[in-house]
Amino acid sequence: MSEEDGDHHSSEATSTNSLSGSHPPDQVLETVLESVLQFLTCRRDRNAASLVCRSWHRAEAFTRSELFIGNCYSVSPARAFARFSKVRSIYIKGRPRFADFNLMPHNWGAHFRPWVSAMARAYPWLEKVYLKRISLTNDDLALLADSFHQFKELELVFCEGFGTRGLSKVAYNCRQLRVLDLSDTEVTDDNVDWISCFPEDETCLESLVFDCMENDINFDALERLVARSPLLKKLRLNRYASMRQLYQLLLRAPQLTHLGTGSFGLIENVQNMDDNQECNYYSSAFAACTSLVCLSGFKDVMPVYLPSIHPVCANLTSLNFSYTNINPQQFRSVIVHCHKLQTLWILDSVCDEGLQAASETCKDLRELRVFPVDADEDIEGPVSEVGLQAISEGCRKLQSILYFCQRMTNEAVIAMSRNCPDLLVFRLCIMGRRQPDSVTGKPMDEGFGAIVKNCQKLTRLAVSGLLTDKAFWYIGQYGKLVRTLSVAFAGDSDMGLRYVLEGCPRLQKLEIRDSPFGDAALHAGAHRYYNMRFLWMSSCRVSRQGCEEIARSMPRLVVELVRYDGEEGSFMEGDSNSFTVLYLYRSLEPPRNDAPESVTIL
Amino acid sequence: MEVSRRMVNLFGGGGIGRDLNLNLKETELCLGLPGGGGSEGAPKTNGKRGFSETVDLKLNLQTKEAAPLDLKEAQSKNGLKEKNPLTAHDSIKDPAKPPAKAQVVGWPPVRSYRKNMMANKSSKDEGSADQKPSTASMAAFVKVSMDGAPYLRKVDLKMYNSYDQLSDALGKMFSSFTMGNYGAQEMIDFMNESKLMDLLNSSEYVPTYEDKDGDWMLVGDVPWEMFVESCKRLRIMKGSEAIGLAPRAMEKCKSRS
Repeated sequence: MSEEDGDHHSSEATSTNSLSGSHPPDQVLETVLESVLQFLTCRRDRNAASLVCRSWHRAEAFTRSELFIGNCYSVSPARAFARFSKVRSIYIKGRPRFADFNLMPHNWGAHFRPWVSAMARAYPWLEKVYLKRISLTNDDLALLADSFHQFKELELVFCEGFGTRGLSKVAYNCRQLRVLDLSDTEVTDDNVDWISCFPEDETCLESLVFDCMENDINFDALERLVARSPLLKKLRLNRYASMRQLYQLLLRAPQLTHLGTGSFGLIENVQNMDDNQECNYYSSAFAACTSLVCLSGFKDVMPVYLPSIHPVCANLTSLNFSYTNINPQQFRSVIVHCHKLQTLWILDSVCDEGLQAASETCKDLRELRVFPVDADEDIEGPVSEVGLQAISEGCRKLQSILYFCQRMTNEAVIAMSRNCPDLLVFRLCIMGRRQPDSVTGKPMDEGFGAIVKNCQKLTRLAVSGLLTDKAFWYIGQYGKLVRTLSVAFAGDSDMGLRYVLEGCPRLQKLEIRDSPFGDAALHAGAHRYYNMRFLWMSSCRVSRQGCEEIARSMPRLVVELVRYDGEEGSFMEGDSNSFTVLYLYRSLEPPRNDAPESVTIL
Repeated sequence: MEVSRRMVNLFGGGGIGRDLNLNLKETELCLGLPGGGGSEGAPKTNGKRGFSETVDLKLNLQTKEAAPLDLKEAQSKNGLKEKNPLTAHDSIKDPAKPPAKAQVVGWPPVRSYRKNMMANKSSKDEGSADQKPSTASMAAFVKVSMDGAPYLRKVDLKMYNSYDQLSDALGKMFSSFTMGNYGAQEMIDFMNESKLMDLLNSSEYVPTYEDKDGDWMLVGDVPWEMFVESCKRLRIMKGSEAIGLAPRAMEKCKSRS
């Protein structure tokens, strides 16, 4: 469950290489400083500390153990590692988020190779690697496994390019491995039984997540692995695990806190028990897991088995039913027990009724995501403004919402803005493009306006439906803390984008598609782009000349133009002045040389 | 406000979008259900019937096209990006609705993994992706087992309107497994009673079900609606094993008439 969470500033204090100044450093001061700065963990605080003076800059660099690279192309490994010499864990983010929706070629970039090669030399004591939207190969994983003898945690989110062979290297070589988490990551089947590659002695494993893997695993090996991993707390199986196998694993690991149940519907063909008996059978295993707080999986659920999770519902803080196509009644029978729930991901198959049930029970809800069973534009949707209103009335502590629907009203959105003032993340996706308020027929300007006005802590906003420039005026005017803004099929003119670029003082990430914003608006934001992580504009009205002007006037900006036909999945032929995507980002380096043919860097 | 929405759409979008507001009904992709098109099967009479008047039931064991749904079989090595050919069902729209807008790349913003998971499930359950998930007030899920297959499946009987549709679905669900064991054998024809008796004497597969009384019956025995109400679980067994059910079925029919 790690799709797009909160984001942080990338470390951007430009390091000038004049640290070998004329004054010899005050050794005592620096030592004291280092001892103090060790305790500083928040990277924004560290960035601030590093700007005080050269001495603090040095001390901070020496004591930073967690390195966060928000855009892998904004800085080179060499430069980053030259500054920070004692890094133990590294976070790297690669592709921009809109690339997930087939708008960029698969070989666009964001390769792990240059980073892992440099890390192997610079940080032999490295313990943790977290990658998001990065391409890595089996060889990269092999290098990682060979180079870092104290390696402990590997987390890959939305990554691809490797297979079970690479995983087996990690399992085999990283003897102190605590965390191996693959979320929403594509893993090819190299026909290697990676589960069997873990060492035969007791392991340090605390977390093993492979629910996204689309290939079978050796269950017996997994069971033995779980049996010899006494510290295991998080286990997320893929959908090839059957009910009986899940049951056996639960018996082995009742100490689990996080469980991914796989399909929860792959049932062995043995006809010795009726449905009730089977339910009780499985439910006894769940009852033994008294520490369970997070449940997910249910990717092909047999609804008749849902009651077996009832024993754990009262303790759950997180429930992911987002692949679980169940009806309102089936959902209600579960949710009614989940009083402590803080995070809920569901499908819209539960309907407004299901949302109503959730709002009645889950008074502590902080995060809600409602995904569509049918991601289509022209159908009747099962959830609407009614469900949103119910949630806003019942779940006052809501902080984050992602809501896919076919119809919405300003009234419901305004109600949410008033009922849930603690909102940090508001992402509403009305699936019909440019769809107005379904009751009044008016644009959705007032609804989103109310959100930015009333939810003063808001940091992330995604808009949809019919929106005029007015909506953007509201956002620019009131979105004081907004860092991430996603726009699609919205706005009337350049003024819309200008309002945002001239307002929203904290804006970092701006992703826009299919909106009528052109060169004038693009230039209006020039003063911002060095202070932002990136700007994405696809199928808008910017021209090549407009982009070239920006590239010329801003040498530290990398301006990429992509020509990609997402439908065909190929490089777009034709006029070399046309392009589908403009992606620009600040960088300390010259433009990259690993871009494919469909990408032009100005 | 249907009218205003349509007007907005006609007005067209901004920008160099790929947003084509054309009437695409002509070019709409329509794919009939394999093995019988949209036909509802032979008309059913209400109430009692003798065994000889059983509705034609074809257990369509397809060789081609069916996605390998048995997970333990060699599923496509394409990984997450596999396109399930059965998602073509998504395009079957109610002709009474306004024509679909052209699909735009990456909209709505749902990742392919999620879309594929939903498509796989709706095709497995043989529900048209078009239908609201809660069409039935209570879905009628029943377990389906096939002798020799390692895992059970489930079907929602309310998703179908006829025995034909159900048998298509069952055929698809178990085809990959069956093909492994039964080579080139494809269609099983229940055209008439004598053929049926041949079938029951053979090693072909025959669908049976357990009804509310706990009796095992041959599928196709009663009118469809009655079947949906009374079926508790399904089992696809070899014809030779099912032969014992025929006389029982006859008895039940007689006792009802």
